[in-house]
This record gives sequence, C-alpha cells and structure tokens, in this order.
Amino acid sequence: MKRIFLVLFVAALSAVLMPVTVTAGGASHYTYSYNEWGIPIPSPDAYRVTAFILGEHLGVGNFNNPRDLQVWENYLYVVDTNNNRVVVIKFQDDGTFELAEVVTHVYINGEASPLNRPHGMFVSPWMQNYGQKWIADTENHRILHTDENWNVLTVIDRSKLELSALEDDRHFLPLKLAVDFSGRLFAQVAMVNRGLMEFDNDGYFAGYMGAPDVTINPWQRFWRRISTRDQRERGWLFVPVDYNNVTIDNEGFLFVTSSGPDVEPVRRLNAMGSDVMIRNGFEDPQGDLWVGNAGHIQGSSVLIDVTALPNNTFVVFDRTRGRLFAYDNQGELLYAWGSYGHHEGAFMLPVALDSMGFTLFALDATTGAVTRFDLTEYGRHINDALAMYQRGLYEESYDIWQEVLRINGNFSLAYIGVARALLRRGYYRDAMDLFRMQNDNANYGRAFGFYRRQWMEEYFWMFAVVLGVLIVVPPVVKKVIKVRREILES
Amino acid sequence: MTARLTRFDWHGYLRSLRFSLYTMRRPLDGFWDLIHEKRGSMAAAHTIVAIAVIVEILRLVLTNFQFINLNMEMFSAWWVLGQMVIPILLFSVANWCLTTLFDGKGKISHIYMGYAYAMVPQIIINAALVPISHVITYSEGAFHWMFTIIGYMWFVLLLLCAMKEIHDYSFSKSILTTILSLFAIGIMIFIFIMFFAVVSDGVAYFVSIAQEAIFRIRRG
Repeated sequence: MKRIFLVLFVAALSAVLMPVTVTAGGASHYTYSYNEWGIPIPSPDAYRVTAFILGEHLGVGNFNNPRDLQVWENYLYVVDTNNNRVVVIKFQDDGTFELAEVVTHVYINGEASPLNRPHGMFVSPWMQNYGQKWIADTENHRILHTDENWNVLTVIDRSKLELSALEDDRHFLPLKLAVDFSGRLFAQVAMVNRGLMEFDNDGYFAGYMGAPDVTINPWQRFWRRISTRDQRERGWLFVPVDYNNVTIDNEGFLFVTSSGPDVEPVRRLNAMGSDVMIRNGFEDPQGDLWVGNAGHIQGSSVLIDVTALPNNTFVVFDRTRGRLFAYDNQGELLYAWGSYGHHEGAFMLPVALDSMGFTLFALDATTGAVTRFDLTEYGRHINDALAMYQRGLYEESYDIWQEVLRINGNFSLAYIGVARALLRRGYYRDAMDLFRMQNDNANYGRAFGFYRRQWMEEYFWMFAVVLGVLIVVPPVVKKVIKVRREILES
Repeated sequence: MTARLTRFDWHGYLRSLRFSLYTMRRPLDGFWDLIHEKRGSMAAAHTIVAIAVIVEILRLVLTNFQFINLNMEMFSAWWVLGQMVIPILLFSVANWCLTTLFDGKGKISHIYMGYAYAMVPQIIINAALVPISHVITYSEGAFHWMFTIIGYMWFVLLLLCAMKEIHDYSFSKSILTTILSLFAIGIMIFIFIMFFAVVSDGVAYFVSIAQEAIFRIRRG
C-alpha cells in the first residue's frame, strides 16, 4: 500500500516538475503588455523557453559568472568570464546543440596567450571581415582582434591610446564590443563616461562617440545655484552615465543601453553618434511603466542589454526584474515577459542577450545558464504582420492582424494594424472607430480627414443650396416688400 | 426670506450679466463701472462661475479625443468643480489679504466678481472650441491650441485689468499684487495641509493611547 502511494506520489511530482510541453495558451512566462491607457494587461506568450543550457550539459563544467553572449551564424559564443574562456556552442536547425569549441587562449604570432577574465566579444557578420573576432580581454587590459582561427591580427592596448584618452591611474578595462561593416570598433570601457571608445581599422584610438547627453532641468540648476560649494561637492554630479552595453544591428546602427536618471535608457546611434531611434510609441522604450515593489524588488527597469531582430524590432533585457521587453521599429511595446527567480524562463542576474534570427539567447551570470527562447505561434503572427507592415503591405497584413486578435483581443497594435488596412481600403468610418478605441489620435486625424472630405463631397450640394438660398432670398424678399409697398402707396 | 426672493431684480440681474460682455471688450472702463457704478452683481458672478464649471466639464468630456483624451473611468466632475471653484475662493481671499496691506480699495466680493467677469471670454472660446474640435483633424490641432491659449491670455489680461480698477492701482502694481497673491495661495495651501497633518497625527496619537488603554483594561 505504502509503495503504491509512493509510486503515485512520484508520478504526481514528476508530472508537476516535467517541462511543460509547448502548447498555445498553456504554461505562461507571465507575458504582458501595456494597453492604450498604460495599464499592464496579460497577453499570451510570444516567446517560449525551448532550451536551458548549462556548461554541464556540454561536458565542459558549469559556467562561472559568464558576462556576454555573441551569436554568429548558428554558433553561440559564451564568454565565460571567471573560467577565463570562451565556449562555442553550435546549434542545428532542429534546435539540438553541441559543443563546438572551448577557447582558453589566442595565438600571437603562433604563441599561445591565455585570456584573463574576458567580459565581451564580437564576431563579425560583415562581408569585409567575415568571421573575424574581437575579444575584450579585460584583466589583460587589451582588446584582441583575431582571425577565424583565433590567430591575433591586432592587439589594442594602452599603447594604441592617446595619452589623454584615459586618466593615468586608470587601467584600460574593455567590457563590451561592437564592430561596424567598415571595421571600426566601438568599445564600452569601464570607468569611461565620455561615451564609447572608437578605434579605427588598425586599432588606433579615434575618439569618443555618442556620449549620453546630460540634461539639467531648471529646478536642478536652481538648487545648484543656491547650494554652497561644500554641498555641491558632496551632491549629485551631473556627469554622463556609463553605457551598460552596446550592440550593432544589421543596418550598422549601434544600439546602446544605459541607466541613469536623465538619459534615454535605450538609444540607436548613427555613425555620428546621435540618437536616431524612432519613438512614436505610446511611451518611450524604457521597460516597465508601472514599478511597484512586488517581491521587494524596487526601482525602474535597468536595461542591461539589447538585441536587434531581423525585422527592425528589438528586445531589451531588464536586470531589475529579469524581464525582456520587445519593441517594434516605432518604439511601440509588443510584449514583455520573464521574471526574477530560479525557474525556467526566470533570471537571477541578467547580463546579456543576443539573437539568432528571431531566436533569443539570454544569459544569467549567477546561475551561469543560457536560456533559449523561440517564438510561439502568436509571436510569429505578430512578427509576420510587422514585417509586412514595414514593407508597406498594409492591406495584406490585415488577415494576419485578425489572426493575432483572435488569439489576443487585447493587443493594441493589431487593432491599429487592422485600422490601417481598413483606411487603405477606404473604410474610413471603421478605421476611425478602431483608432478611437486605441487612443491613436494622429491616425484618427488622418482617417477623419479622408472621411470629412468624402462627407463634404457627398453633401456639398446641401451647403451649395443653403448658401444659394442665403444669397438669393434676401434681395428677392427685399424686392417683394419694396414692390408691395409701392403698390400700397400708389 | 420669501420676501427677498420675490423682490429679486430679474431685470437688473440680466443687465449685470450682459455687462460681462462689455467688460470683456472694454476692460479698463468696464471693471471700473462694474464696482464703482454698481453695474455688476454677485448673482451674475455666481452664474458665471457656475457656467464656467459646466463649460469646463463639457470641454473635458465632449471635446474630440484627438485633442483632449481623458480616461473616463478616472474622471470626476466633483474634482473639476473643486479645481475651478477653490482657486477662485483662494484667490479672492489671498488677494484681499494682500491688497488691504497695500491700500487696495476692493472687498472680497469685488475681487470675486472681478475674477468671475474676467473668465467670460475664456468660457466663450472654450465653449465654441468643443463643436469645432469635431470638424478639425489632429494635424489642424494648432488652430485649436492657439485659440485655447488666446482664451487663457485674454483671461489673464482681464484679471490684471480687473485688479487694477477694483483696487485703483497702477498697472504694474496690479501685476505685482496678483503675482504675490499666487504666492499667498501657495502659503495658504501649505498651512491647510500642515494643519490637517498635525490634526490627524494628534488624533492618531490619542486614538492609539485609547486603544492601548482598552487593550490593557480588557486583559486586566
């Protein structure tokens, strides 16, 4: 009897503990979105965990405080910082993965040179330097530029910097890297707050780029004015904040995230270093709009990494609550998911995020785990529709948006997508109703403009008649009165 | 009481109400006559304030959502009423407190009346903008906002003129006292809040003592 109970208990337990199979509307990663009033509302999962990868699974021992991820083709490079190595994982199309390589040292003129706590790397997807690698070898105070086989081409260290680039007592501690198609290297360096360090093709320091603008509001200026020198020295310094991370998208724009009170948390920089991100969304991309202290986690989102997806959407990774936020190219929130914790799809210390197509890889430094996310049917519909939408195929995207609405009737963007399609087809009145429902006043105005013109064309004769009557009638009446008076007088 | 009601001067009331259209166009002359020639009346001022509240509520509710979009689940007409009426009362009191020190001639009722009459053009503009907002599009919104701003500026100008004429001031002195009365309003609000905070803390103190006492008595 006891044994039967035990068996039953184990069966029940395993049913609970088994990874939940992927089904639409099944287990949830607490996906949500914000509605037209900025109120969080639940949504179906757009991404689902498809793999949870530990170093153990690859047979190389667990990762120890890994700090960065880099995707190149179907390889995933995990920068395993405290183990002084880079672990390369190869993914097959069917989702299986295997260990490809473990790199503990690079070759300088054929001589092995070990890595010392590397914090980041970049593998070039560009034509000119395809497959070449850049490694931020942090504790060796150098950036290594290697070819495909880890043979060093250039070493970037203090000797490549101008004297003024770093203060004397500071070590050169590169953390995150990005390289554009012309071979320019952008490095986020610890304790440098003048922006990203830019290096030319030969590894020479070329200048700082894209320092976050510091804005002081009049109130702060006022306080600074009336405070004493001592207070000012002890008080908040109005200096630009450090970047958290840097990524480059497939159009060659740099995506950077930073955390600070007066800077945009995620920005898209052009070659000049100015912010070109489109922020047409209901709110600017910033992670959570509602920050409570649920689970004693306080404060606004800290965006620790960002990755750009093929259809110009991007996903940011929030360190505060372990959440991922996906935004479209207009800066509109698509869906947010993830949480803080020890279970699948949750994170203890988020550090890095990268994407392979639409597949996401998120890295947790504490657990040393890579979590792989893949789109669900719902997420795929949204991204298909967005891709059509961006090509200007508004009418064709109608059916897909309808499909999205069938799965989630709370998805604002789908209503706007449907409304745009209706607008194109000339159903102005219906489009207006949908735009009205989503508080989209600019598009409502456009639809209303068309509707008004249509209405005017239809009822113009009424105005013409009224106007004509107003012009014609008074003189006639006056004439009649005059004639009658003349008749009466005569 | 009934005698007073039956003797209500409807004719004079309507004439004083219509006088607001004159103060709107000829403020310096109009506000002088409003007080010193008794052309205005408190009844008319109350009416104007009531209309202002109604128009404000209608403006917030009925303006096309392209220009004003409030979440109606959160909307409260009482809140709007408070937002409209409390500033008028505070301003009347604050301005009177201040101007009596700077040999102003006006009484609280005069200041109240002047404020109410000064609101008239803004009320008219806002009321007209409500239907207009339904025939213009978002991209033509500059038109809407321009008239809203004109309404505000007209109001401020009339208020300054009213203060000047009511207190028999120079124009610069009326600007100064008006700005100072805004500060006075701030101080009054601060004192109110502090007073309520102190009272509620005091009450909480005695309540907790009583609770403690009851608790101990019950336990014996």
